[in-house]
Amino acid sequence: MFSDFSAAELTAIFAMQGFAGLILFAVFVLMALGLAIIFGQMGVINMAHGEFMILGAYVTYMTSNLFANHFPELFGSYFLFAIVLAFFAAALLGVIVEWGLIRFLYHRPLDTLLATWGLSLILQQAYRSIFGAREVGVVIPDWLMGSYQITDMIEVPINGLFVMSLAVLATVTVAVLMYRSRWGKQVRAVVQNREMAGAVGINTARVDRLTFALGCGIAGVAGSAFTMIGSTGPSSGQLYIVDTFLVVVFGGAGSLFGTVASAFSISQSQSIMEFFMGGSMAKVLTLLVVVIILMFRPQGLFSLKVRR
Amino acid sequence: MEHSKPKLSRRSFLARSIAAMSAAVLLSGISLTATANPSTAEVNTTGLAVTDDTVKVGILHSITGTMAISEEGSVQAEILAIEQINAMGGVLGRQIEYVQEDGASDWPTFADRANKLLRQDKVAAVFGCWTSASRKAVLPIFERNNGMLYYPTFYEGLEQSPNVIYTGQEATQQILAGLDWVSEDKGAKTFYLIGSDYIWPRTSNKIARTHIEQHLGGQVVGEDYFPLGHTSFNSVINRIRLRKPDVIFASVVGGSNVAFYRQLKAAGLDMTKEDFTLLTISVTEDEILGIGGDNIEGAYASMKYFQSLPNENNQAFVEAFKARWGADAVIGDVTQAAYLGPWLWKAAVEKAGSFDVDRVREASPGIELTTAPEGYVRIHENHHLWSKTRIGHAQRDGQFKVVYETDELMEPDPFPAGYQ
Repeated sequence: MFSDFSAAELTAIFAMQGFAGLILFAVFVLMALGLAIIFGQMGVINMAHGEFMILGAYVTYMTSNLFANHFPELFGSYFLFAIVLAFFAAALLGVIVEWGLIRFLYHRPLDTLLATWGLSLILQQAYRSIFGAREVGVVIPDWLMGSYQITDMIEVPINGLFVMSLAVLATVTVAVLMYRSRWGKQVRAVVQNREMAGAVGINTARVDRLTFALGCGIAGVAGSAFTMIGSTGPSSGQLYIVDTFLVVVFGGAGSLFGTVASAFSISQSQSIMEFFMGGSMAKVLTLLVVVIILMFRPQGLFSLKVRR
Repeated sequence: MEHSKPKLSRRSFLARSIAAMSAAVLLSGISLTATANPSTAEVNTTGLAVTDDTVKVGILHSITGTMAISEEGSVQAEILAIEQINAMGGVLGRQIEYVQEDGASDWPTFADRANKLLRQDKVAAVFGCWTSASRKAVLPIFERNNGMLYYPTFYEGLEQSPNVIYTGQEATQQILAGLDWVSEDKGAKTFYLIGSDYIWPRTSNKIARTHIEQHLGGQVVGEDYFPLGHTSFNSVINRIRLRKPDVIFASVVGGSNVAFYRQLKAAGLDMTKEDFTLLTISVTEDEILGIGGDNIEGAYASMKYFQSLPNENNQAFVEAFKARWGADAVIGDVTQAAYLGPWLWKAAVEKAGSFDVDRVREASPGIELTTAPEGYVRIHENHHLWSKTRIGHAQRDGQFKVVYETDELMEPDPFPAGYQ
């Protein structure tokens, strides 16, 4: 298929294609990070993860309206405020959900699955009642929407760069929190042995609540960023949930590095195959490869070695 | 069941005297209209829910679940039409009462609710369904119970039921006119087809490809499908860049739409510069709400109705719609087609002089509506509508500017020979 193109064209296309893969990688990392924390560290299968993301998206929508109506001169920078607000809104909802629902269901993975699925339906209908059934259009500041011209042929979308930096920032923050902070130590202690962690004086209930809130908050940030590339509607969260679980399960629950590695391999293969054979076929092949690898490595790419 | 002369029991005697008295009271009040109405026994021989002054119809759309986003407009249009008909005196002198059921974006639920409307409520007609999947789910129920469905969505064709009137366009009406226009007006030679992966885009693209290759002398340089809900289009955008097609022919639907147009714009493929033409058959004013007018500005859409159509019927319709449902309401192609349903049914009932489904069906072909917002429409023998196709140019404010309109009505052809 390449015979009728010049070398310069091909280089440009491959450069842009590599970049497309990186953007997808960043999207996957942002989607999966929150879930990896909740699923990996707490063993909770949170089917409502997508709805937490959409909460972030709606917060972004409301912030943009607020700025457009009251501080039009600051509109260009509303997005940064929106991301912070989205984090806290989703984290707050996370605390409430953990307190009211999840904490009764630890060690009952199937029940949490059903309960959080129910929660996702409730949240979807709540969004529909509050914001209307139609999708809302989030106006993105102009500086985020254009593309950055590197050469004649190569153009890099700025929102892609933004999503990438956000993904890096979020990953580094979570890594530092998990592996360099006192709180992270407590979380890991609870994951490894809940009773023993409790016995040495760690407030495990509080650790659980904060972990869940952090995971939800990151979902909110992801949702806020995705208003640039996807739709914002009551059931838009459903668009992301399958890919999110795929990345987390394939990476190996409980391993942050595994999530990143899994997001990288899935996004690269998906985006390269999409280029050659179109979206549906690429998806089928990606899923097929993931299933085959999981057959031989049920614990995922990387897994925590824990004595159980 | 056969009844030999029933005995007059005390209870039924009482009931009859009450009925007689109330009838007398009613008659004295509204004697003028009552005498004008044909008797119920005459206009309803099959036990439908018709009384001397009311007739029941059903509205069956999703008001919860993923499809609520699309079906909301149809419900609003149908209710508006029914209220307007009632204000004009109803159908055969009877006020329309509607029973609204929620299909909940779930096809078995659609079937179940259709059953309830036809068997329990005995409605005379149903206005409803949106996706082809929901229509296919209720179709056997309408055929078995001999109901009448008015279906508003533009769809892939390949269907013709005696129990359905299709008020939206079937695929060829929408596609052929659009492709002819882009080929003539823009001199387009190469086409890139992209769509969501289910029956409507695939059937549409099959028709489009045949027309491009056999009738327009053009070339299809790419054809891609994406799963419903797909949100990353950067790879296909790179392919499009490489192929440099004159036309991107898009039938992407749902949430994917938003992702597709936002990423197209972010990738620097600016539709306002007219380096290429994007022709879509799936984006109405409704979808632009989510996509954002600034992201789709410059695209062209091929369908039969746009909110901005500058005729008197449409101006009145838009005004009435906004008065009823709020000033910021938008009206897309399907919403207008849904609005036609109750009016077409009224016309057919009045022509037949009866609510009986069989007689309404017989009367339907040839029914014309000169008051339709889209202009003039007429029901074809095959239960689809003759209608014009228009090309709209997407503006920044989320509206379309109509830039072209077919001279003639497009004939509906749900089973296009040579295109399958």
